[in-house]
Amino acid sequence: MRMIQWFYLAVAFTFIYLPVASLVLFSLKDGNLPLPPFEGPTLRWYQDVLSDSQLMAALGHSLLVAVSSSLVACTLGFLAAYGLARHVLPGSVFMRGLLIAPMTVSYLIVGLGLLIVFNQLGIGVSLWAAGIGHVVINLPLCFAIIYASMGAQQQNAEHAARDLGANEGRVITLVTIPMLAPAILAAFFLAMTLSWDEFVIAFLLTRFEVTLPVEIWSLLRSGLSSKTNAIGSLVFLGSVTVVLLLEIFLFGRRRA
Amino acid sequence: MTASISIKGLHHTFGAFQALKNIDLSIDAGEYTVLLGPSGCGKTTLLSILGGFLVPTQGLVMIGEKDMTQVQPAKRPTTTMFQDYALFPHMSLKDNVAFGLRMRGMRKQARHAKADQFLELVGLFHDGNKRPHELSGGQRQRVALARALAVNPDVLLLDEPLGALDLKLRRSMQDELKAIQREVGTTFVHVTHDQEEAMAIADRIVVMNAGQIEDQGAPDRVYRRPCSLFAANFMGEINQIPAWREQNRLATLLGHPPIAPPDSDAEQWVACVRPEQLSSEPREWSLGTATVVNNAFFGAHYRCHLRSDKAPNLTFVAHFPPSHEPKVGESLALYVDPQHISLFADTHVKEAVA
Repeated sequence: MRMIQWFYLAVAFTFIYLPVASLVLFSLKDGNLPLPPFEGPTLRWYQDVLSDSQLMAALGHSLLVAVSSSLVACTLGFLAAYGLARHVLPGSVFMRGLLIAPMTVSYLIVGLGLLIVFNQLGIGVSLWAAGIGHVVINLPLCFAIIYASMGAQQQNAEHAARDLGANEGRVITLVTIPMLAPAILAAFFLAMTLSWDEFVIAFLLTRFEVTLPVEIWSLLRSGLSSKTNAIGSLVFLGSVTVVLLLEIFLFGRRRA
Repeated sequence: MTASISIKGLHHTFGAFQALKNIDLSIDAGEYTVLLGPSGCGKTTLLSILGGFLVPTQGLVMIGEKDMTQVQPAKRPTTTMFQDYALFPHMSLKDNVAFGLRMRGMRKQARHAKADQFLELVGLFHDGNKRPHELSGGQRQRVALARALAVNPDVLLLDEPLGALDLKLRRSMQDELKAIQREVGTTFVHVTHDQEEAMAIADRIVVMNAGQIEDQGAPDRVYRRPCSLFAANFMGEINQIPAWREQNRLATLLGHPPIAPPDSDAEQWVACVRPEQLSSEPREWSLGTATVVNNAFFGAHYRCHLRSDKAPNLTFVAHFPPSHEPKVGESLALYVDPQHISLFADTHVKEAVA
């Protein structure tokens, strides 16, 4: 029985990590095509990527869009959650539904809709437009995560703070946000990861300045290359670092 | 600081449900008042109205001669100690206690010094840098008390503060609460459904039921001479003997109690006697003999159930001195002094008729 358990574990992890492992492996291959047989290893492709100004610019754009759109989505999500959780509003069930509903709409539809709206308004497409698009898709998620973690415990602490003389602003900044910090940070990093990875909306809503996924896509059009593997590996390394840091600083501390 | 409280003509409704009906209550400055009643009696609603978390549908709330009916919690001279303590988990104990002072604009050094003072008052002087999750339930409760007292409120409101503690800790915290209240002199209003707790700490007990005040007064008065059948029952075990008017006398199945018939047109009455007032030694009124059904030793007394020999449907609970053990099956003559009989109109009969 024990053997079967270990076997199952091995198969599951292979299934999850084999694509990533092969990506990283062939990014080190000394040859143009990321296909077997393996030759090398070499760091040539990494050098190539890091000296490619267009790719580096796309990386910067992606970072900018990811961080700023997640900040906005988190702020709006928090305010909506706070309002709906703490105040009795007419039609609050309906409003909650309306806030979460965009989660069920495909990114393609959201992107198309925004494209039409921006064109009608004469704003055109840009990194701004892509950022707004990412706020649209991440707001429901941030709202749902933060709203779900607003329990009676925070509410009682907020009552206590008000009772001790705190005004609404200080209740939010000194009690609500610190108490909800794990949920808010989780929402922020999840939104950031999703925005960082997002292709469809960024593709539809950017033109001259593009995000990293769009840049990679245009590289892929000229065929598979070990260079794309190197970019992929770098992006993966970045995500893994963020996740590990989160695990250590945020969730590790809470458990202790 | 301390202040008196005066509540006049208070009504409160939640939708169609009337939570409080015509409450009039005066509490003196520096008094320890306990609002006592079963769950759903409106005692917590009344406390919330005092704290400013609810605005009453109708009526007036005065704290220290000022009308506070519409004033927000933050602007009231009251603080509340919440049932679940509601400490701020992300702050040290010192910051928790100093929070109210921070809201009043006190500088960090000054407010930490004051917080230390109040932590010392509740015996947690050396734990100022701990977080709430490192404490036991009783310690958290002390921090909540220190935090509520640190801003020097005129009135401290305590919402079932001892409900989450085990019995032994609860009894020792009662003494401590009372001692701290004496030391700071603040008016305390404490909500509980535990009658023993109320007796242990209150200067004044307010017995509530179904949104109304049934009785209020000093604990011994409310226990010995309750104003209503509900209060009599809620304050502790009591024997109820049905009574009725017979010409100009009061009659029961056990004879005529030597008390004047009440000046009221109610037909059915209940004569109530506390278990410790029933005696097997001769007193003014004899209840005839009763057979001991069971008995249990409680240290300070034997608690017995007895069945009346004259009216077998009547059972009594009596406390007998520990010097002599009543035997099961033994027949004892029971007596009571008339000043220990409380007489109430039998509301159950009235309700059934209405």
